[in-house]
Amino acid sequence: MALLEVENLTVSFQTADGVVRAVRGVSFSVEPGQTLGIVGESGSGKTVLTQTLLGLTPGATITGKAIFEGTDLLQLSQGQIREVRGARIAVIFQDPLTSLHPLYRVGWQISEMIRAHEKGVSKKQAAERAVELLDRVGIPHPAQRVNDYPHQFSGGMRQRAMIAMALSLSPQMIIADEPTTALDATVQAQILDLLLKLQRESGTALIMITHDLGVVADIADNVLVMYAGRAAEKGTKRDIFYQQHHPYTKGLLESIPNSSAAGDRLRPIAGMPPSLINLPSGCKFHPRCAYVMDRCLTEEPELHQIRDFSHLSACFLPTAATGVGGDAERLRAEAVAEGRMGAAVEVAEAIAAAPEVAS
Amino acid sequence: MTDEIPAPILTGAAYGGDDILVRVENLVKYFPVRTAGFIRRTVGNVQAVDGVSLAIPRGQTLGLVGETGSGKSTLARCVAGLLPVSSGKVFFDGHDITNLSRSRMQPFRREIQMIFQDPYGSLNPRRRVGAIIGDPFAIHRTVPAGERKRTVQELMERVGLNPEHYNRFPAEFSGGQRQRIGVARALALRPKLIICDEPVSALDVSIQAQVLNLLADLQRDYGLTYLFIAHDLEVVRHVSNSVTVMYLGRVAESGPRELVYGTPRHPYTAALLSAAPAADPDAAASRQRIILTGDIPSPIHPPSGCRFHPRCPKARELCSQQDPPLEVKAGDAATHLTACHFPVEVGENLAAEAAARR
Repeated sequence: MALLEVENLTVSFQTADGVVRAVRGVSFSVEPGQTLGIVGESGSGKTVLTQTLLGLTPGATITGKAIFEGTDLLQLSQGQIREVRGARIAVIFQDPLTSLHPLYRVGWQISEMIRAHEKGVSKKQAAERAVELLDRVGIPHPAQRVNDYPHQFSGGMRQRAMIAMALSLSPQMIIADEPTTALDATVQAQILDLLLKLQRESGTALIMITHDLGVVADIADNVLVMYAGRAAEKGTKRDIFYQQHHPYTKGLLESIPNSSAAGDRLRPIAGMPPSLINLPSGCKFHPRCAYVMDRCLTEEPELHQIRDFSHLSACFLPTAATGVGGDAERLRAEAVAEGRMGAAVEVAEAIAAAPEVAS
Repeated sequence: MTDEIPAPILTGAAYGGDDILVRVENLVKYFPVRTAGFIRRTVGNVQAVDGVSLAIPRGQTLGLVGETGSGKSTLARCVAGLLPVSSGKVFFDGHDITNLSRSRMQPFRREIQMIFQDPYGSLNPRRRVGAIIGDPFAIHRTVPAGERKRTVQELMERVGLNPEHYNRFPAEFSGGQRQRIGVARALALRPKLIICDEPVSALDVSIQAQVLNLLADLQRDYGLTYLFIAHDLEVVRHVSNSVTVMYLGRVAESGPRELVYGTPRHPYTAALLSAAPAADPDAAASRQRIILTGDIPSPIHPPSGCRFHPRCPKARELCSQQDPPLEVKAGDAATHLTACHFPVEVGENLAAEAAARR
């Protein structure tokens, strides 16, 4: 049975400018010990999605279900969700400097966390556990460093301290929101290495939110690609990287500069992500899509099976058109030739005429 | 000040006889660390840049790579004349522009422009886009007031902005568009050199590709020379002709892109390249990641000898005693320079050595 089962989750915010529809019907599940990578650009709803699971989006209108170990997280009171948050689902945020309180010692912050959730643990026991945890995440001289303030730690060490805190109550699941984005490449490698090692040791499930497809390729088992608050494509890591179906996924992968094409022109996605207040009609990606067809302007495609049960995509292109091979490109071209007769012709011309001019 | 290291000879010949636009020789930039209070005694120096030499041929791109604290942004600001240098020389287009006075620097400012990382912080939120892009014309009086609007709109069109948005404020643009505004402003005076300091780091990957393509087009059309700073190695590989890798204020390795990426000789370059995540699961699974220990040390008290030795998987006793000169290693091309006593050999398994040391 899945550890976490999210069904048709929607989250919207009432603002002065209108309703921001941040998440619009997302479903996914996470198995124990597995890593789910959630990928998407700024404003795709990936952070709101996970914060909602933890009760961190007060004031939002939320529908759907999020069953974690048999209970629906979305039905819990603030008091009840506090007992889950930190203890059973831990969180690691992007910026370790603002996630740690600057005026308290690192060790105190870890032991406070332990004592808040486990009644009956003495201060001394909690402090000893803090030292053990810092040791486990690879901080040198933990017995001394436990008394340091966050500003005495480097960026990488702060993120290690955050991981120590996340591990302190042996959670079933860790949600890591861009945990390495603020770090340098060699330090990022250290932190990813550490997360993988700890996950192997303890069998914790991990949700990794990131905009970096390289990080996903490195550590995820399954991947959810989000665009404008919805799942564009979902599948195993290999489905997404080698047999991708959705043009957005394909566009993201092609945008990355890589060694094989050094010096050549990059192939960016035209235009920019839509406003979540004024979403386009039909498929939300159609104003940027190189394969736009007439029905894309009026109908929003549902997620459907592509190759096997694990691989789903929300795009009208033929299901056999996956990957970047010549066959797939031919299938796409045929579908577009048939499906682009009316209104989509104009959209396609606009994209082709000014692929890099932001509208 | 520094240990006596002979400055590497970077002549035009080493770059195939190309015409060199920018040459930096043994540049040093220290920031004094002072005590608090009335008498601010100097108690040490942040050795941000410590003896760096480089040369950029006209019309080419030099990629400058390094982690936080490696001194790459300080170096760029010294080249642009925004910071006085402690010692060393900066030559631009044959002129010595080291520590020139304000008025004597003025004509060079036109020819050296910068694009900054943060498209939000580098534009004044209370001024209209047309005025921001038009500022260089007003300051340098190159375009009469009556023609400014038309010239600015041409520039906006050139960088892919809608010229009708002349009167909008920066807040009405997205991150990618703001970076285009920054590019238009840098381009206004038809500079020879543009220093790009992490120009795409704050952008999403699909938008990043748009801006990189724009920079490539402008280079081709106007014969621009770029000093391109980024921490993303794939981006640097994509845009650069040659690459300089910095570590803690020094050059670790430099050379043509294919050589530095293909056969890195400095263990730090090798570690950096192995650490960059590739968007390819099979490559990620088969790759041997070299995991370094610890963090980059403080530039106030840099390690003795080779500055990388406390983190280096190959460090031996000599490394902590003697600073390795930046030189051509045996078997390397004359353009490929490495500052290491024990450079990485072909086929060497550095990942295993690093794992054994941990």
